Amino acid sequence: MAKVIVVTSGKGGVGKTTTSASVATGLAKRGYKTVVIDFDVGLRNLDLVMGCERRVVYDFVNVIHGEASLKQALIRDKRLANLDILPASQTRDKEALVKEGVERVLNELRKTHDYIVCDSPAGIETGAVMALYFADEAIVVTNPEVSSVRDSDRILGILSAKSKRALDGDEPIKEHLLITRYDPNRVSAGEMLSIDDIIELLGIPLAGVIPESTSVLQASNSGVPIIHDENSISGLAYQDLVERLLGEEIPIRFITPVKKGLFKRLFGT
Amino acid sequence: MNTVQSNSSAPSKLSPKEDRAPAAVLKGSVFTLPILKISRCELQEIEFDLTQSLAAALDFFNNAPLVIDLALTRDLEEQLDFPALKTLLAKHNLVPVGVQNGSAAQTAAARMAGFAVLTGQTIDKIIENSAHKSHVKETTPAASRQESSSVSAPPATVESTTQVIHQPIRSGQRVYARGGDLILLAAVNAGAEVIADGNIHIYAPLRGRALAGVTGDTEARIFCHCMDAELVAIAGSYRFFDNIPEEIRQKSVQIYLTGEQLNIKPLD
Ligand SMILES: Nc1ncnc2c1ncn2[C@@H]1O[C@H](COP(=O)(O)OP(=O)(O)OP(=O)(O)O)[C@@H](O)[C@H]1O
Ligand SMILES: [Mg+2]
Repeated sequence: MAKVIVVTSGKGGVGKTTTSASVATGLAKRGYKTVVIDFDVGLRNLDLVMGCERRVVYDFVNVIHGEASLKQALIRDKRLANLDILPASQTRDKEALVKEGVERVLNELRKTHDYIVCDSPAGIETGAVMALYFADEAIVVTNPEVSSVRDSDRILGILSAKSKRALDGDEPIKEHLLITRYDPNRVSAGEMLSIDDIIELLGIPLAGVIPESTSVLQASNSGVPIIHDENSISGLAYQDLVERLLGEEIPIRFITPVKKGLFKRLFGT
Repeated sequence: MNTVQSNSSAPSKLSPKEDRAPAAVLKGSVFTLPILKISRCELQEIEFDLTQSLAAALDFFNNAPLVIDLALTRDLEEQLDFPALKTLLAKHNLVPVGVQNGSAAQTAAARMAGFAVLTGQTIDKIIENSAHKSHVKETTPAASRQESSSVSAPPATVESTTQVIHQPIRSGQRVYARGGDLILLAAVNAGAEVIADGNIHIYAPLRGRALAGVTGDTEARIFCHCMDAELVAIAGSYRFFDNIPEEIRQKSVQIYLTGEQLNIKPLD
């Protein structure tokens, strides 16, 4: 059974697109036929992060409006043959995402793919609601700061009240907490919320913590999802996230402050 | 599941016998609606007092449909200007749907202004009637969320209903236990609002807002396991918290009224 996973947050700029690109890539690397869809109509940048912006001819909105077939619009990833990208339109607005059209496209993709990853736009309006409406699972992306946690809480409320599963009374959407841009030194200095604080506030299971790292920006600028980078701790943390989404239980890494780390790790505090 | 129907396949002539899902069906149902009791006819006075009670109820009555009760004005000499009253209420985001208990002349004038005329029990009577019964109802936040635009409400055959909620109430969500108590077994997060006509019990952190006794019950109380609230209110007396005093912060507390005074005391 194909699964629809939405990557959502409420707040903007927290790492949804970075996460969508890496999760989709990770699932494809593990052998699953995967497609990643950009729901950020009007502000597309998933194609940039995936490094396929020059090959965009048709987009999601064209397919919804019947101006192109799915086959015409899907872009095959440069590196992985079982990964497709469905880019967003640059010129339309989010109102172009009609529910019936989105559903038709998702149903078609469910027949051919194992995982459908939906990169949500920021906010809680049409575009974001459309991205989460048909989801089976949700990755809720949060930065360790109060406003981001508050917006994630808001999105969790919408997932549990306005998604299709909620409205149909089906089994609820499976929620995963992902903390990104996590800087252990700033957390231990009390400048940012701790992992425990965030879990306590949101009350959903933690699926991963992605450390802050300059390699992420470099990766998106060069159009290679960070999960490909074996030398980046952020890339490795995304690999761990994908394992956990697939059901593995592995410990969270890269969350101890760098300087006093060694002593603490040796003596288990 | 939504399906798209193309126009070309729609039958050109519709007869009632035809085998298709009806596009409109009339069904009976019962709603409880808030009542606005008016005791004078001067619109300025009405507006002044209305503004005050709306402020106390925060934005709870935003877009709320309501019934205007005319019992206290039916014997007055002056006449109510119904079209102007309608405009006034609209200005405050209220949607008057009808009037009740008016004199014959008032009823006629209200009809002219487009109000429905209702013959219903008043809220007071319903509460009296239900005082003996108790009935526990379980609800999910999704089901009990009050969408400000919707007219749906629990049926008016109110047996004193207690709502029990197991899921967290999240930022932007609101739960209202009409005509009874509200029991929450998971957190009320910052930016969320829980409201009851009766008492509120929260066996988890209260980080958002809790309003008990919103229809005027000064005996209503709030109990919470971990006090971290943005606002608490009982029967319209409320208190905001920018900083929660140390002696009650994250403590188990009860909140109750003595006269106008709102008390927040640790439970120990
Ligand atoms: N772990 C990280 N370390 C450092 N920088 C990061 C990390 N994750 C994301 N970023 C950077 O943060 C910025 C925003 O990331 P991204 O575009 O993925 O966020 P978004 O949630 O999709 O934003 P929007 O809401 O605008 O769609 C980018 O410049 C990205 O490179
Ligand atoms: Mg994005």
